[in-house]
Amino acid sequence: MRQRGFAAPAPPPPMDSQRAAAVRAIAERHAGSRGPLLPILHAVVEELGHVAEEDVATIADVLNLSRADVHGVVTFYHDFRRTPPVAHRVELCRAEACQAVGAQAVFDAVTQRYAGDEDVEIGQVFCFGNCALGPSGTIDGRLRGRLTAELVDAELEASR
Amino acid sequence: MTEQTASILIEPDYGTPRVEGEPTAHVTIDGLEIDVAPGTSVMRAAKEAGVDIPKLCATDRLDAFGSCRMCLVEVDGVRGTPASCTTPCTDGMVVHTDSDDVKALRRNVMEMYLSDHPADCAGCARGDCEIQDLAHRVGAAEVRYGLDGANHLHDATDATNPYFAYDPSACIVCSRCVRACNEIQGTFALTVEGRGFDSRITPGGTDFMSSECVSCGACVQACPTSSLTEKSVIELGMPSRTVITTCAYCGVGCSFKAEVQGSGDATRVVRMVPWKDGAANEGHSCVKGRFAYGYASHRDRQLHPMVRDTIDDPWQVVSWEEAITRIATGFRAIQDTYGVGSIGGIASSRCTDEEVYVVQKMVRAAFNNNNIDTCARVCHSPTGYGLNQTFGTSAGTQDFASVDHTDVMLLIGANPTDAHPVFASRMKRRLRAGARIIVADPRRIDLVRSPHVEASHHLPVRPGTNVAFINAMAHTIVTEGLHDEAFLRDRCEDVEAYLSFIARPENSPEETEAETGVPAADLREAARLYAAGPNSAIYYGLGVTEHSQGSTMVMGLANLAMLTGNIGREGVGVNPLRGQNNVQGSCDMGSFPHEFPGYRHVGIDEVRGIYESLWGVTIPAQPGLRIPNMFDSAVAGSFRGLFVHGEDIVQSDPNTQHVEAALRAMDLVVVHDLFLNETSRFATVFLPGTSFLEKDGTFINAERRINRVRPIMPSKVGKDEWQVVCEIATAMGYPMSYANAAEIMDEIAATTPTFAGVSFARLDAEGSMQWPVNDAAPHGTPTMHVEHFVRGRGRLMPTVYVPTTEATTRRFPLVLTTGRILTQYNVGAQTRRTDNSRWHPADVLEIHPSDAELRGIHTGDIVELSSRVGTTSLPALVSDRMPPGVVYTTFHHPITGANVVTTENSDWATNCPEYKVTAVQVRVANAEAARAHQEADAVTLGSGS
Repeated sequence: MRQRGFAAPAPPPPMDSQRAAAVRAIAERHAGSRGPLLPILHAVVEELGHVAEEDVATIADVLNLSRADVHGVVTFYHDFRRTPPVAHRVELCRAEACQAVGAQAVFDAVTQRYAGDEDVEIGQVFCFGNCALGPSGTIDGRLRGRLTAELVDAELEASR
Repeated sequence: MTEQTASILIEPDYGTPRVEGEPTAHVTIDGLEIDVAPGTSVMRAAKEAGVDIPKLCATDRLDAFGSCRMCLVEVDGVRGTPASCTTPCTDGMVVHTDSDDVKALRRNVMEMYLSDHPADCAGCARGDCEIQDLAHRVGAAEVRYGLDGANHLHDATDATNPYFAYDPSACIVCSRCVRACNEIQGTFALTVEGRGFDSRITPGGTDFMSSECVSCGACVQACPTSSLTEKSVIELGMPSRTVITTCAYCGVGCSFKAEVQGSGDATRVVRMVPWKDGAANEGHSCVKGRFAYGYASHRDRQLHPMVRDTIDDPWQVVSWEEAITRIATGFRAIQDTYGVGSIGGIASSRCTDEEVYVVQKMVRAAFNNNNIDTCARVCHSPTGYGLNQTFGTSAGTQDFASVDHTDVMLLIGANPTDAHPVFASRMKRRLRAGARIIVADPRRIDLVRSPHVEASHHLPVRPGTNVAFINAMAHTIVTEGLHDEAFLRDRCEDVEAYLSFIARPENSPEETEAETGVPAADLREAARLYAAGPNSAIYYGLGVTEHSQGSTMVMGLANLAMLTGNIGREGVGVNPLRGQNNVQGSCDMGSFPHEFPGYRHVGIDEVRGIYESLWGVTIPAQPGLRIPNMFDSAVAGSFRGLFVHGEDIVQSDPNTQHVEAALRAMDLVVVHDLFLNETSRFATVFLPGTSFLEKDGTFINAERRINRVRPIMPSKVGKDEWQVVCEIATAMGYPMSYANAAEIMDEIAATTPTFAGVSFARLDAEGSMQWPVNDAAPHGTPTMHVEHFVRGRGRLMPTVYVPTTEATTRRFPLVLTTGRILTQYNVGAQTRRTDNSRWHPADVLEIHPSDAELRGIHTGDIVELSSRVGTTSLPALVSDRMPPGVVYTTFHHPITGANVVTTENSDWATNCPEYKVTAVQVRVANAEAARAHQEADAVTLGSGS
């Protein structure tokens, strides 16, 4: 018999899965601090790679927030990724200064080149503070200036 | 005050909440001058001055948010164009709301909204879309940005909730729904997902039905566009007329605007919207009052009188005349053979005061005995007794708004988030503002811990040991010297005897711990917190009253409040949360066998004289039979005829087998109800009743508030219920007639001092009033016992703990306790006939994991629940909300028959049944029992159509 909505108190979660136990431990570690939700989400991404859908209920329970509260915060920040990380992540600046020196063409070329590549993920960032050397971006976390699509290809190739 | 309009009632919206204070800020808005309390928003001040500033994200039930940018204004000496909703008025401020610059800005903002909003206004169900109105007002005739840019017009509608749909394509992400869910309802089920253009409203990333949403409707009411809309509006179109009335579910007594189409017999309810001016609910509602009114037009509703010769014959439809004649001759024949006292009546807490009054009058004047009792017998009769003994009046001491001044709440034996949801929202609001709560309840209810609310103490009192618990609370306060000596000296009596009783060592937390299961250290801390206040208020429910010591416990609560001086001002008091819409009123109306209206004993000659001379009859000075006495006398053969008004006693009274045997033994059982029910199986006359949508009269809620119930449509059965009762009395040879319900209230006012100032005209003028309403309190009495107690001095009553005889044994090692769930209501006669059953299709037995483990029970298993009187079966839900040793179920579904197992034990003073304590055993049902349960389940009522 499936209970939905507020039909009855949800049955106690089955023995926390290993992941849920890990998330609970992280959440409890930070629960006492002021404004604990962001540090918890950072720690979950750091230690477990991403914030999974199922983690939301665990974090909400520890902090006595609603699931919607936690969901709203998780989805507001792109860095709280909701899917397991892929092998390589490229982030390209699309802010004004970089756009002025051709960032859009780099972005278009790179997103097209890696569409469908399961190992590479392309993201956008609005300013790395590296404007003098635009177009800027990061490749697996390393900051690069004067980027071209070819430079991205070459660096990814080298690290594959 | 407008109570009934020929058109739809539009309530004014001032944009931001009212600010308390002296109007010392003088502001000029578009040349109009007004004085307001400092801190009042420019938007609100403007509206008060008569200037309507355009707005989308602002509404006066929510704090200002400042996101929609429609309400921009210019202020002399201030740079730029501040939002008027977030700008507080200061003295001397000069505001311009309609300059050319402001108009141009607003038009541009509106064009941006329109560029991502459906252009098809004519095809939109909702006739009150604020976007549509505002677009016209600000003159946004064209959209310079075009309609083919990036937009959300193809986002899919979420129609999973049975009562409302969420169409994101029309959403402007103003967050009014999110804020309504947070600030008003306190559930926090909605959020904004994503950021920037991708921002969308979502019930937490899932659909509404799977979310934390409790379907209270606050978001739908708050939505300024057609994004959140009642499905009934989508189906039927907009309503054309408003009638202000009162909800017929719980004792909160919410005021609603019934918004309808058509008139006369063709009247159709389009939606029920909570009324902002309703003093009990201030514009809030729950899933029952807001949405679950469909039972009133359900196909099961009986519209014709029916009779049969024996309870095994099929029903025959007959005329009203024939049914009434049959009742009158039947009752008189019984009296001729078995005596005047061989018949009686049971009044309903679901009906209006006027209906209850005529039922007790019929019994006293036409039956000529006092055999009148009420279903309050089985719920709050100990409240009546206990508070009358200690304070001198049988009612709660406060109004609901009092909780806004409470610092510490002691909640015991009540689960407001399920049973009194609109008041629970008010409690949660106060708790989020910093008040603290002590929850004494065997279950870990939502107020112990739910998003943004956490109790300071959860004291898991073992069922049946309440008195030992409350004595330990008082013992701690007295022996630690935390009591209010001045209050006791000035306001109370029998103080010394009580203090020496309560200080006895057997009342200490350490001594009672083994009995109550409440750790002594926790209890001491809770007692200190309650004593510290400074404003401490007690809220309680049937978990206090439905015990063998229910009346004692009520007196124990009154003692605690008096000990600490928590009586007679706002924010304190002893507050029963009444179960049924009019349980307060039905008790007030003299529906007990020992009391006339206004709680005056039938033995008092002076009082009896009032009624004897007005009614022209002699009334016995001895109290009549209580419900349990009626059943016992019926089984014994001396009680043979019963008029049952709007109550399903077979399902709701304890020990079903005994009730059935009693009804079978009678010669004539008359049931007056909306539906055939478990009780009508034993009736030979059935009279069809009227729903609250057809009634004209009053309900009285838990705060003694007399609210008007107004007919939205004519009676579907051709008569009002009070009229039927009058006709029965008349046919029995005692003529009774009234021109209308208002005349009945006039008779109540003329004969009952606490109602002396009440009339329909006064109620219509005032909106509502809390009794006593008399010369001393012409507008009613929000707080009682302010200067002195109604009985003079408050009386401290020694409350000796006597354990219940319903002890667990090796055969029945668990304690069963019962309660309600949010979507269903009591025996479910109404809610089971609505889509509310989608949330709670069956009663379940909650059981602690260790008790379940021991018996091999898993969630979803059909289990057999047995007590010394009976056995039933139902699905199990393994839950750590329960303490070990205690199991819990609801009693909404007849198939469960929870009362098959409850016993005949009852309160020593009032016979209120001991529903909350039954020793039981639970085991996995054998295959045959499980199959029988499933087959029975398949034939019970499905969800409403």
